[in-house]
Amino acid sequence: MKMPKPDQATIARRSEIIKRLRAIVPGEGVIVDENELTAYECDGLMAYRQLPMVVVLPQTTKQVSDVLKACHEMDVKIVPRGAGTGLSGGALPLADAVTLGLGKFKAILDIDYDNRCVVAQPGVTNRAITEAVEDEGYYYAPDPSSKIACTIGGNVAENAGGMHCLKYGLTTNNVLGVEMVLMDGEIIRLGGKHMDAGGLDLLGAVTGSEGLLGVITGVTVRILKQPDVAKGVLVGFPNVEAGGECVAKIIGSGIIPGAMEMMDKMVIGAMQDFVDSGYPLDVESLLVVELDGQEIEVQYLTERVSEIAKSVGSTFLRVSDTDEERQQMWKGRMSAFPSVGRISPDYLTMDGTIPRHRLADVLTRMTELSKDYGLRVANVFHAGDGNLHPLILFDANKPGELDRAEEFGHDILRLCVEVGGVLTGEHGVGVEKRDLMGEVFSEDDLKQQQRLKCAFDGSGLLNPGKVYPTLHRCVELGRMKITEGNIPFPDIPRF
Amino acid sequence: MREVLKPETEDQVLEVVRWAVSSKTPLEVRGQGTKQGLGNPVVCDHILDLSGLSGIELYEPQELVMTARAGTPIADIQAALDEAGQMMAFEPWQPKGLYRTEGGTIGGMFASGASGPRRPLAGAARDHMLGFHAISGRGEQFKSGGRVVKNVTGFDLSKLMSGSMGTLSVMTDVTLKVLPKPEKSRTVLVFAPTDVGRAMLDAQNSPYEVSGVAYLPVEVAAKSQVSYINHASVGVVAVRVEGPAPSVAVRCQLLRELLCKYGEVEELHTSNTVTLWREIRDVEYFSEGGDIWRLSVTPSEGPTIADALGDVHYLDWAGGLIWLQASGQDAERIRAAFPNGHATLMRAPNNVRASVDVFQPHPDGLQALMDRVRAGFDPHAILTPGRM
Repeated sequence: MKMPKPDQATIARRSEIIKRLRAIVPGEGVIVDENELTAYECDGLMAYRQLPMVVVLPQTTKQVSDVLKACHEMDVKIVPRGAGTGLSGGALPLADAVTLGLGKFKAILDIDYDNRCVVAQPGVTNRAITEAVEDEGYYYAPDPSSKIACTIGGNVAENAGGMHCLKYGLTTNNVLGVEMVLMDGEIIRLGGKHMDAGGLDLLGAVTGSEGLLGVITGVTVRILKQPDVAKGVLVGFPNVEAGGECVAKIIGSGIIPGAMEMMDKMVIGAMQDFVDSGYPLDVESLLVVELDGQEIEVQYLTERVSEIAKSVGSTFLRVSDTDEERQQMWKGRMSAFPSVGRISPDYLTMDGTIPRHRLADVLTRMTELSKDYGLRVANVFHAGDGNLHPLILFDANKPGELDRAEEFGHDILRLCVEVGGVLTGEHGVGVEKRDLMGEVFSEDDLKQQQRLKCAFDGSGLLNPGKVYPTLHRCVELGRMKITEGNIPFPDIPRF
Repeated sequence: MREVLKPETEDQVLEVVRWAVSSKTPLEVRGQGTKQGLGNPVVCDHILDLSGLSGIELYEPQELVMTARAGTPIADIQAALDEAGQMMAFEPWQPKGLYRTEGGTIGGMFASGASGPRRPLAGAARDHMLGFHAISGRGEQFKSGGRVVKNVTGFDLSKLMSGSMGTLSVMTDVTLKVLPKPEKSRTVLVFAPTDVGRAMLDAQNSPYEVSGVAYLPVEVAAKSQVSYINHASVGVVAVRVEGPAPSVAVRCQLLRELLCKYGEVEELHTSNTVTLWREIRDVEYFSEGGDIWRLSVTPSEGPTIADALGDVHYLDWAGGLIWLQASGQDAERIRAAFPNGHATLMRAPNNVRASVDVFQPHPDGLQALMDRVRAGFDPHAILTPGRM
């Protein structure tokens, strides 16, 4: 993975740039000291590190606008950053860029229960939104694993997912509006407390745009009333095929659970010594299903899910009686990543999505790949929507092992694409999957996407080197290559 | 003399668009032309008719996914979904009530971004469009998205295409998310509610997962085909509940208990529920008569805005959607009545629509951004120019 070559002329102007930024953001809001900059050298994709040229932490939309305007004038690149928990390197700094952190935007501006929404600054954490409204019985549905730390602005930029997205949608389905600043400093507002933003759906396009279109400075999200009851069903299977079939049958029978998560034997084993999950150890795959809603409905669905599980040959089945038991069932799943972290010095997290019915097939081929590469792989997935998180176990201290792990990961993602899936379900492309975009998209597909980028950021200064493998200048993208047409189309019916 | 070009393959569509690009000839992109009354009137000498590009290419009910060529009739989609007990959960409206036309295509449905009463619970058309293939106004084939729900691989251009009214690009196929039909569906009615707004919000914000919250004032209720409603001679709040049978029965009971403080409550069973929500979805109450506006506003402000305007109206989306019978010429008066949201002139004669802003005008900066986005797809403005 190569990042664009740093522009030495920009780096040479560093002190001039710092001076200009300090005129906008006073005091400690501009970070230049190398030790302090280290805190920003990577995001959740820790295999890649780069010290930023400068970090700026503005506190107001006006300051963000002024910073962007100044950088636009000075022809200086910007890397936006929330909490830095992203797993695909979207906030990886560039040596010749200013990292713009939104960490000081921590206020919740409005809680409007009547209209079921919260207006928050982008640095508010995902979890803090639920905490602000849970006393009134509400919550914010998308729940990425990093919810305690990750910010709502970052969630919008990455279109973050989570375990409850199966029933309640991704970030994109739960955002009502944003305030954002374009690279030239212009402040734009999209949507609000009403449904649908009106005009072209720019809000939909901005969500998941990985910091390439603008800097989010305000977010309006929809909150939901907590369901009356939630029950957990824990099911164990003698083989992964039976687990896959169970998932397909539950969805196929018209049940959309609140969440449906699967783990393989490697993960279950890993968490055994780490957390008291209460999971059975003699199963090949394990499914946690959460059913929520009104009590009688949950009772009814629990019975149907249990019947389906038995019909496909489950060897373990437990339904939670109390909410403590339900939470206990989730404890294991929640600790899956750290558990795997304890049995291996390092691991890479993959994030492909596949059509559900190809699950068993993909797992079998992944096992073959694991043998070929001589690296272990542990599997956790959002089974309900076919979103896989294979964790590739490796040791970065062993020469060549990181490269091998990455190549293994790429093969897994190619496999996902081959069976009709995609490279990333919720972690984003960032730098991690950037060079694989050609596996999914043609050159014309990618150019059309980048023309959207040009509409928002004609200068190309915002988060360059991310998502798209080839950087095209907007002038070049705008050129037409159409050859003169003649009007024959003899075969086309005309009236 | 208008010429209709009706390609039957994607390659033929490409051929037409390339010719149009090279000769700078504007094309009116249409499916069956059932929603011609929506948007600014467009007059092009050439019509690109996509109804020949028809057929479901993939339908996997267990995967909750369908891919269809853009010109596939909605009726064919609906028939396939019915057979598998599934639906388009965003409840797209049918054009009969508004435009007295019937039918439509899947491409046209997404292009018009049609969503109905279930929108607050289930999302809009844009939330159900997973991917598409298209030909841009540059004469290039491209695709975006895919066939899986969870996908953040590249920019989400499906959102842009949904509701783009035949501008931007010519979609040649679309992939959509489908969902199981609810087993049972019932409606709780509150007659002559003492506080319309609160009754709607209490229902919407209850934990009972309601799938529709509407208010029909007395003069609109009188037009319903449901006798419980048209005989009532008062305004009615209607709350729909869907799901497994035993759950629906209990949730209806709980809603009756919650809402009885606002007025007398009653319950509609399945067939009346189907009729009522079709009327609400398709604006059947206004099928006779003049111009129609559709306002998307902050839900809690809906009843006040509607009352202040004083026109014949009814409310959906718990107050967030106002259907209004008012002259198309009243754009300024209507748009001055609400601080946040947008108003669309859904029906008016061509000359009226040509003389007012059919869609809510945007602030200058935002409009300029939208123009740049559009130019990225269709730099010579050859695809249904001016419609939106």
